[in-house]
Amino acid sequence: MIVFALRRTLGFAATLLLAALAIFFLLDLLPGDPAQFILGISATPEKLAVLRTQLGLDAPAHERFVGWVWGMLQGDFGTSYTQQAPVAGLIWERLAVTLPLAGLAMILSVLVGLPLGIIAARWRGKGVDTSIMVLAQMGVAVPSFWFGMLLTLLFAVALRWLPPGGFTPWSENPLLALRGLVLPSIALALPQASILARVMRTALVDVRGQDFIRTARAKGLTMGEAIWRHGVRNALLPVLTILGLQLAILITGTIIVENVFYLPGLGRLIFTAIGERDLVLVRGATIILVLAVTATMLLTDIAYALVDPRLRERSPS
Amino acid sequence: MSLLEVRELSVRFGGSEAVSDLSFAVGRGERFGIVGESGSGKTLTALAITGLLPEGAEVFGSIALDGEPLPSDERQMARLRGKRIGLVFQEPMTALNPLVRIGEQIEEAISLNGGDEGPLDVSRLLQEVGLEPRHGRRYAHQLSGGQRQRVMIAMALAGQPDLLIADEPTSALDLVTQRKILDLIAEICARRGMTLLFISHDLKAIAALCTRVMVMQKGRLVELGPTERVFRAPEAEYTGKLVAASRFDIPDGARVPGPELLKVEGVSREFRQGGFLPWRGKPLRAVDEASFSIGTGECLALVGPSGCGKTTLAKIVVGLDTASSGGLQLEGTSYRGRDLPNALRRDVSLVFQDPFGSFNPRMTLGRSLMEPLRLASGLTIAERLERVRNAVRAVGLDTGMLERYPHEFSGGQRQRLAIARALVTRPKLLVLDEPVSALDVSVRGEVLALLARLRAEYGLTYLLISHDLDMVRAMADRVLVMEAGRIVEQGSPQELFAHPKHRMTRELVAARLPEIGASPAKI
Repeated sequence: MIVFALRRTLGFAATLLLAALAIFFLLDLLPGDPAQFILGISATPEKLAVLRTQLGLDAPAHERFVGWVWGMLQGDFGTSYTQQAPVAGLIWERLAVTLPLAGLAMILSVLVGLPLGIIAARWRGKGVDTSIMVLAQMGVAVPSFWFGMLLTLLFAVALRWLPPGGFTPWSENPLLALRGLVLPSIALALPQASILARVMRTALVDVRGQDFIRTARAKGLTMGEAIWRHGVRNALLPVLTILGLQLAILITGTIIVENVFYLPGLGRLIFTAIGERDLVLVRGATIILVLAVTATMLLTDIAYALVDPRLRERSPS
Repeated sequence: MSLLEVRELSVRFGGSEAVSDLSFAVGRGERFGIVGESGSGKTLTALAITGLLPEGAEVFGSIALDGEPLPSDERQMARLRGKRIGLVFQEPMTALNPLVRIGEQIEEAISLNGGDEGPLDVSRLLQEVGLEPRHGRRYAHQLSGGQRQRVMIAMALAGQPDLLIADEPTSALDLVTQRKILDLIAEICARRGMTLLFISHDLKAIAALCTRVMVMQKGRLVELGPTERVFRAPEAEYTGKLVAASRFDIPDGARVPGPELLKVEGVSREFRQGGFLPWRGKPLRAVDEASFSIGTGECLALVGPSGCGKTTLAKIVVGLDTASSGGLQLEGTSYRGRDLPNALRRDVSLVFQDPFGSFNPRMTLGRSLMEPLRLASGLTIAERLERVRNAVRAVGLDTGMLERYPHEFSGGQRQRLAIARALVTRPKLLVLDEPVSALDVSVRGEVLALLARLRAEYGLTYLLISHDLDMVRAMADRVLVMEAGRIVEQGSPQELFAHPKHRMTRELVAARLPEIGASPAKI
């Protein structure tokens, strides 16, 4: 198990390095002058020269890359040109919105999706099953921005239970901050919960027909007990894969919902940074997203190995 | 009074009846066998007795255990099943929960049904089935097929049942392991005075184990009586057919092989373990310095227990894998495996064991059968179609079948089609990897007869891989015995099986079940 985790961690580090290389050289070595790109075609030569020095563009590419990576390892992501502030601080501020939002959405989708999937599988072919599956179908089909607007109309405009948008920083009032995240996380969680319910149901239905369930029943368990003791854990394997992918999607895919609810999250930061051609900021934010996604994948892999002993072995049998 | 009494049992799925009007009784302490081909309803009968029938099945008639009808309440039935009936199934690979340690799975069975009759613990049960306490800490995938079947038996014993139902418990195991498991079941039944209901399509296993036998066909009882009498002097015509099909005719006179077709010289195949990390263990030698040659028209058999490297060697011969060292020659052309030139590839064909898995379910059989002809580039479409039609006729099937899909065919028909597919390139050498072990007894005979006829008509050469010594004896001119990647003994089947020299050969020969109807079998 330790060897397994070590190997996966090595892979994780290698992925990060590759991503850093790709991000750096794609943004930096493409034809054209980054300084020119940032300032636009109307910029004066003097201004360009100042910015070049400021960005350190005089040094050779590999030195700049090493400098960039070394800086990030020490927590220095460079300085944003448009906002005139350290990139690390900007990203950190925004992560305080995006990460709780993604986490909350994740928790919601697991709490709603998994039980619904189990219920649908338990009463397969009955009315409950059909209704849950129709709902899940709609949940996947409805766009989250539209669902977000519906939620706002109902809970913020008509009922006035929750704020329609905006965000109060955690340091000012944690309770208000949390209230601001409720509607957006519901909007985000809906499609994910629908997918989870479907996957959980299919996995459980598959597991019902497995030989080891018959063995468990032969031991003296009823179908329900056999499913509960032996089926659910086996059915969780495919669900775990989907969960990992979903968390990655939630972290990177909050941009639309952030816009609907006027949340100052990472997605909006990147969106504006691209619009303002702030290469340093885009680069820093992108590597943070890559880090979040690969870390999620690493955790999924390790969780997988914890559940399934076959994956802990060196060679497949 | 009988321990188990089944009266007028019928099992229906929708409109079709899978088991019809079946009545029989099993006495306490008796060893009762049910024999029949796939689809005869023998497994459904066992599932009906245990209340484990799949959803959608309707049951009629009555089943009584110890004079008491089976409870209709699911929970009561489940507990009764755990306490009084032990069950062992065919597939040891999938019958255990892969995520839970063996010991915990046995422990669960004990705690569910554990009686008050003295201390019953996991290590004692493991010992009783010939395993050690350390096996309890393992997971299912860390055990061999035979060991898993032992675990299944241990779990079945946990409730101290009166009745043990074993449904094809050894069909998925190799010959040596099969014999050991049969011996174990016999021994445990005798020691515990347990009643056995043994279900199999293998008449020899039934004959070796059971005192009374019931023959089933298409859900109906065909014949019921003492095993020795039923197999020696069958009353029903169908039983007679089954008995005849399970014996092999030994051909007379050895054929003289033609000039050398394939030569294998010092072939080894190593598998590296543990991925790319340099400090991992030493490589596994699946095939170790194998050397032999096959003459044109010869049938050479490769026998050995599972995992001895037979299939790996066959894959190298047909060019699906490459030897780590050593080399091969086909018709004088040297190769090492995957580098087998396309012009020669059509001279070798492979027939797989599993007729269900070896066809693409979404392709018509016509397309599947035509695929190998990509190797014969000079042919027009019309010529290709003609080749496929000829091959299908050669295996005794109708060319109209080519428009249909694999699921529409029975196992025997599919294996015929697999042989037809192997024939379309007009090969010289056919590699047959357990060609009949997935088939019913009666169908097995037909397929073997077909193979013998094709060999005579087309002068084919066979490399036959099997663990069934009786089949090998009927088919092969020469036998190679493999163990742990090495060829340990070779010779003609008659001589080899009569006077085995190597320990492995002796073990294989000793594991053979006695011929049925010969003399009362003793295990």
